Amino acid sequence: MINTIYRLRSPRRFEIAFDELDLSGGVIVRPTHLSICNADQRYYQGTRDIRVLKEKLPMALIHEGIGQVVYDKSGSFNPGDRVVMVPNIPVEDDPYIAENYLRSSKFCGSSADGFLQEYVCIEPERLVLLPEGLDPDVAAFTELVSVSVHAVTRFESIAHERRDHIGVWGDGNLAFITALLLKKMLPQSRIHVFGISREKLSDFSFADGTYLTTDVPDDLILDHAFECVGGNGSPIAIEQIIDLIRPEGTISILGVSEYPVNVNTRMILEKGLRMFGTSRSGKADFRRTVQLYRDYPEIPMYLSRLVGNTVEINTYPDIKRAFEIDAKKAFGKTILHWNI
Amino acid sequence: MIFAVILAGGTGSRMGVSDTPKQFLEIKGKPILNHTIEKFLPNPRFEKIIVLSPKKWVHHTKEIIKKYTGTTDRITVIEGGATRNETIMNAIAYIDREYTLDDDTIIVTHDSVRPFLTHRIIEENIEAAIRDGACDTVIPATDTIVESEGVVITAIPDRRRMYQGQTPQSFKAKLLHETYMSLSDDEKEILTDAAKILVLKGKKVSLVRGETFNIKITYPYDLKIARSLLEEEIND
Repeated sequence: MINTIYRLRSPRRFEIAFDELDLSGGVIVRPTHLSICNADQRYYQGTRDIRVLKEKLPMALIHEGIGQVVYDKSGSFNPGDRVVMVPNIPVEDDPYIAENYLRSSKFCGSSADGFLQEYVCIEPERLVLLPEGLDPDVAAFTELVSVSVHAVTRFESIAHERRDHIGVWGDGNLAFITALLLKKMLPQSRIHVFGISREKLSDFSFADGTYLTTDVPDDLILDHAFECVGGNGSPIAIEQIIDLIRPEGTISILGVSEYPVNVNTRMILEKGLRMFGTSRSGKADFRRTVQLYRDYPEIPMYLSRLVGNTVEINTYPDIKRAFEIDAKKAFGKTILHWNI
Repeated sequence: MIFAVILAGGTGSRMGVSDTPKQFLEIKGKPILNHTIEKFLPNPRFEKIIVLSPKKWVHHTKEIIKKYTGTTDRITVIEGGATRNETIMNAIAYIDREYTLDDDTIIVTHDSVRPFLTHRIIEENIEAAIRDGACDTVIPATDTIVESEGVVITAIPDRRRMYQGQTPQSFKAKLLHETYMSLSDDEKEILTDAAKILVLKGKKVSLVRGETFNIKITYPYDLKIARSLLEEEIND
């Protein structure tokens, strides 16, 4: 079948391409709800390194999305099943390295075409069935939620077991999701959130404490911390974490920064801190995320606060419009209703 | 029930270079007709995809569907009629024979040589036919349209009100059939497409936005474009 693919050719410029899609290979999914990630914006706005842009474009963006199965020769899914698509595509197994860290893995919207396609052909093991009744606008950014789930899962296996006070740095989407999941997955822990916008911090109603980074109480004790800031704010956040955290604590780094970040290694040594990176997620994290949606119906309810703009995509200039709207947002996710 | 009606009745006379009807010519190693049928296959709303072919090509049509698209009971091939609209009437007669033709039966009729249509166009056709009884897929005219009865211009219509017709054209099948049967022979003579059956009788036909790339492969030039579309990209 001729499939229509909407690729970014160069910053702020999309193009239409056609490709032959093999109906007998994999599962054919019709994307229905997609969500724009900051990584997509960096390609769209051309803020990635020029060599990276040259190497990767043209490419279809978007790695957060759900769809409906229309055809599955393998019989794993029924037509009409609502599924979340796992954008990571591993090509090998490793007993020690998770699929999302294998350098050989492909990733939709980074090293392979993303979900801005009329139909997506995907292997059945890269799909997870969604629960009935789940808000599709929330389900659209399940991939982002699974990144936080992955980070918390890694934390559970790495951090020592005194987890009374956990700090989350950042007041954006990733911080909101990570703090929310920590609250649900580690109900005994007290979750403290640190940000720069009082208004945004007021959305973190489930947290045990929210603080402006310029106004942190002197007596605050933290056992572990999650950095969800990224960008230019990354070094400042990491510095503050190293200052505040107790010895032998862990620092999970989730924020993406385009440039190398200076880190106070002296204090890492003196405090015996463990700092580890977490990036993307794998199938197991998607499964756990969907199970959390089932077990804690309040999670999707909280997440619905992140649904910012919803944009109807009926024709391809609408894609550009959605990215421009998303570029102006202060908080929340831009959801594309993929009617094209 | 909703049916796709693929009109593969062309005889290839405008292609010039070949006796093979254009719907059987290949792009990217597959006949154009198969590419077109496969755009309808993933849509679960279609009860059946009815392909109408000239009598002497029915067998060939069945063979290429089996060879390139695979065996499926969702596709049936039947003989077309002498004209485009007679062909559509054959499809309606088939539905009446094999299923139940009622007020809610929808047909989405489509040129077999327009393989670049999209999911949205199909969906909007179905919705418009359910809502309005009939619809036509169009794009705004980009060229100025000139009217003439011979050698001189008689009128230049306002381009802002002009559209170029594409397909699908979708209908409530019973409404279309009954209206067609009410036409005189003279009225039937001037029909160029199915939407005009209803327009002649003052019935509502709504517009669905098409796409510029939803091209009809009519001339050798179009075939070249279609082949390059599958290999190159359209820039915005």
